[in-house]
Amino acid sequence: MAPDASTAPARYVLHARIVLEQLQRLGITHIVWLPDTETGAMQAAFAAFPFTVVPVCREGEAIAIALGLWIGGKNPVVSMQNTGFFEQGDSLRGLALDLHLPLLLMIGYRGWRHGAPMEDSAAIYLEPLLRAWGIPYFLLERDEDVGVIAQAYRLAHTERRPVAVLIGSEYAPEASEAREA
Amino acid sequence: MMDPLAALRVLVPCRGTAVVIPTMTAARMWAAVSQRPELDLPLSGAMGKASSVGLGIALAQPQRRVIVLDGDGSLLMNLGSLVTIAHMRPPNLLHIVLENGVYLTSGGQPIPGRNLVDFAGLASAAGYAAAYTFDELAIWEAEARRIITEPGPVLVCLRVRIPPHLPQVRTRRTLEALPEVRAALAGA
Repeated sequence: MAPDASTAPARYVLHARIVLEQLQRLGITHIVWLPDTETGAMQAAFAAFPFTVVPVCREGEAIAIALGLWIGGKNPVVSMQNTGFFEQGDSLRGLALDLHLPLLLMIGYRGWRHGAPMEDSAAIYLEPLLRAWGIPYFLLERDEDVGVIAQAYRLAHTERRPVAVLIGSEYAPEASEAREA
Repeated sequence: MMDPLAALRVLVPCRGTAVVIPTMTAARMWAAVSQRPELDLPLSGAMGKASSVGLGIALAQPQRRVIVLDGDGSLLMNLGSLVTIAHMRPPNLLHIVLENGVYLTSGGQPIPGRNLVDFAGLASAAGYAAAYTFDELAIWEAEARRIITEPGPVLVCLRVRIPPHLPQVRTRRTLEALPEVRAALAGA
């Protein structure tokens, strides 16, 4: 029987702190984002890191801001949900793909069910669309696999192109937050 | 209403070392008057996103003045950027909007809200540090040098006529201009 995402097994535990530590090691300077269900818990974790956070009103702004930051010598990452990825297509085309922008894209994979059949169209269309754009992607579902972020980052910078990491699990609360809850 | 080329020429002697990001037909007109093309990044892809690219450069290079030359139709495609820019409060960003009431690039079709939208009002309401509207060249000329050094983000709406024709100049593609601008900023 396929696993049921509503009772996701404990092996799919992913913490925002682990992800942000990885981004810090990679020298990321700015996080341009629009929070979503999968990555929303990053907000609480930001305080412990030196990133400049740039919140946007709509995802199409994010790639453009990242382009400007990169032109100015900074090292941004963009974080958005798959729904927002669908919205921002022309920015991705005209400002990232056409201009060979080396960019790590973190995409909240709403509707991903850890390999079980998906029902949410936001999930169903995501990977086919990434393939259509020619954007390489990696799946991140648990802390143990956080190394895919570095793989994606290096690929983005080696090949001067956007590369995506799909966040397949909602960030779990930190131990201290869980105790308070 | 001002002649758009005359309105843009006002910026030429007072831009200093500012990076200028002109978009769509503003890029054609700016190419005809600019004397520092190595610091110009004409943006032709992703209509509407010049203000967001300008925000990114302004945040990355806080010591460098950044001037966005937007269009009214372009800004309407990315109105949320007014709020994002106001939130980040880059003091070095000057956001200029050429308001002619039409999509000039596609043949002059009227924009939504033509003669109704107050772009300076929108910027003020979004939280810009200051916002101005000019429709007389002499007044814009008298105020430009002060405004260009004013702490931003500042929006200036220039009400301009629809030109009978666009300047016949070669506009550099974004991909062509980008390495030069990036190198200039790296050497700053």
